[in-house]
Amino acid sequence: MKEFFILAVVAFFSLVTYWLVEPFAHGQMHAHVESEHFAYADLPALEKKGDATKGADTFMAGGCIGCHNVKALGMETGMSAKDAAAAYGVNPPDLSNAGAIYDAKFLADLIKNPAHATAVEHKFNDARFHPMPAFYGAGGDDIDQEIADIVAYLQSIAVKPEEVTPEMAFKDACGRCHAVRYTKWTQLGEMPNFKHKKDELRFQADVLDYQDAVKGYMGKLPPDLSMYIRSRSEHFLKTFIENPQSQLHGTAMPRTGVTAESAEKVIEYLEFAGDPKAEMRNEVGKNVMIFMIFFVLFAYLWKRQVWKDLH
Amino acid sequence: MAHFEKANSLNEWFDQRLGVNTLQRVLAKEYWIPKDINFLWAMGMVLAITFGILLISGIFLLMYYQPNVDLAFDSVNYTIMQEVGFGWLWRHVHAVAASVVFLIIYIHMFTGIYYGSYKKGRELIWISGMLLFVAFSAEAFSGYMLPWGQMSYWAGMVITNLFSAGSLELNGVVEWIRGDYVPAQAFLTRFFMLHVLLIPVAIMALIGFHFGALRLPHVNNQNGTDIDFEEEAAKYKSGNKAASKVIAFANDFMSKDMFVVAVYLVFFFYLVFWNYAFAMDPVNFDPADGLVTPAHIYPEWYFLWSYEILRPFSKDIGLIAFAFAQVIFVMLPFLDRSPNTVPANRRGLFKFWFWAMLVDMIVLTAMGKLPPAGIFSTIGLVAALVFIGLWLVLPIITKLEKKL
Repeated sequence: MKEFFILAVVAFFSLVTYWLVEPFAHGQMHAHVESEHFAYADLPALEKKGDATKGADTFMAGGCIGCHNVKALGMETGMSAKDAAAAYGVNPPDLSNAGAIYDAKFLADLIKNPAHATAVEHKFNDARFHPMPAFYGAGGDDIDQEIADIVAYLQSIAVKPEEVTPEMAFKDACGRCHAVRYTKWTQLGEMPNFKHKKDELRFQADVLDYQDAVKGYMGKLPPDLSMYIRSRSEHFLKTFIENPQSQLHGTAMPRTGVTAESAEKVIEYLEFAGDPKAEMRNEVGKNVMIFMIFFVLFAYLWKRQVWKDLH
Repeated sequence: MAHFEKANSLNEWFDQRLGVNTLQRVLAKEYWIPKDINFLWAMGMVLAITFGILLISGIFLLMYYQPNVDLAFDSVNYTIMQEVGFGWLWRHVHAVAASVVFLIIYIHMFTGIYYGSYKKGRELIWISGMLLFVAFSAEAFSGYMLPWGQMSYWAGMVITNLFSAGSLELNGVVEWIRGDYVPAQAFLTRFFMLHVLLIPVAIMALIGFHFGALRLPHVNNQNGTDIDFEEEAAKYKSGNKAASKVIAFANDFMSKDMFVVAVYLVFFFYLVFWNYAFAMDPVNFDPADGLVTPAHIYPEWYFLWSYEILRPFSKDIGLIAFAFAQVIFVMLPFLDRSPNTVPANRRGLFKFWFWAMLVDMIVLTAMGKLPPAGIFSTIGLVAALVFIGLWLVLPIITKLEKKL
């Protein structure tokens, strides 16, 4: 039939145009980065089996708690996040759940050589040290064994990997540098509801001080991530989290070393922040489609009835 | 005062005062449309419905939008998209309709070109239609500024810069348009005004003009048949509807229109809920930042072809070519010298001209988005030259066309 032929011609040219300006053009503009599925293949494999009990001692002897809180066990440095950032550039992470959120291989390499594991060796070298000093052993004769013990210890004190929530993963791995204003997240934690304006202003001043420290450390203030789920594709976010250098060569952002599961949780958090209506969109969409199909049907029957006398 | 009888029904009461029966006869029941048409003739109704969708969704968005450089982005992406009940739905509907309306406009335009519906008495339909295209373009551009994202800001920067007219360096004009040295508060507020008041009013007036221009010359048909509307209407009214070459606007034409509209809406809502990225550029979900230029700046897809006519040339020549592209379609009824009002496939060389123009504009559209480097740059330049060349040869090839 002639009308179907015309429709096919219109659809053909429309689809060709769509394909050219969307998938094809975006493919040309943004190089495709293949995901390694958070295997961290460039990092050495863990050869030693760690012992968590020994790790507890090594952890203390290694001086980790000089800078890191482990609030789950009541270990605190006594330094506020703001002061810690002023001292180190960024508030060192609380290690309570590090064993669940970060990849074991990554943790081991991080302890041994922080700039290498976080892929910021272009920033830190012999002249400019990474704020986290490398671990040179706690007196034992096998440093790799000691590191394996520490990692085993961190895993033993953490929640089970499946208990990591989107909020925990995001706040630990991203939230010390990035704010998310749509969830009221600041680098100093969730913005509380203040009763008095001056308390609010004090909190905001602390956030600004903290941000200044991060700015000095990173070169610029890391962006607010509220709308990143819409402004970047999910694939971009995943490959970027996996290795920031792959998408933005030379960036100051360190590789965070999260596990594949934790990365999923981070994405979930960003969806909650920037696209919380995704599920509702799907639901409403289905209902609208059902309505529209009936609309088409009735419109067709009306047309048939009206045109009965016209042919 | 005129003499009024007591009305026996509500309809009569209104008819006495407003002449509703006359209106209904003139605008619907005895507004004759050729019977020999296809679904492309419903694009006018599809456009009217889409404009209605834009107007209604726009009114809802207007209730929460804040035209302030510090609040605009969050009022759209947080207040409307997250806090207001179904705000996300209106925003998606508005954004997708704003993009899809151009797809339908282009289909409507190329339908007119293919069937020669701009000739012999229909010149004003074409011209008012092209004025509508200009008004819709201005409406789309001003609306694109409002979320105050990165693409809003940088598109505003690039487009307002065009008014410096290249080597004439009319920077004062650019500042006057922006109300500042760069797009800022004054810029946002005035584009807000243009988007929600001046341009919509102009569009509604132009739609009235477009419909008015259609009434006397009547709608074209798909075979270029010369119809004696009075004779055919008499046949229709005498009850011989099957033999008549015309149908009434309502309900005959309308029932077919609504079927096409219904099918179109299925496609439209599919895009709204599941495939909206083409109409809501991801880059515009980054807030405006005058210190960071996006890696790739490109307009929305419907402006790409004219953008690509600007881009491959040097500054001044590019601007002249761009200005040429903006006005040349308006001139179509006068550049086409052929007396034949028939479909392009029966019009000698014009048949090839039509398909060449369509393909060339698609090529320009694609190249306008791609980074202007290497082979894409060359293809873009050739396509831009072909575009200009096609318009230059149009009067010649149509003059040579044999009268049918």
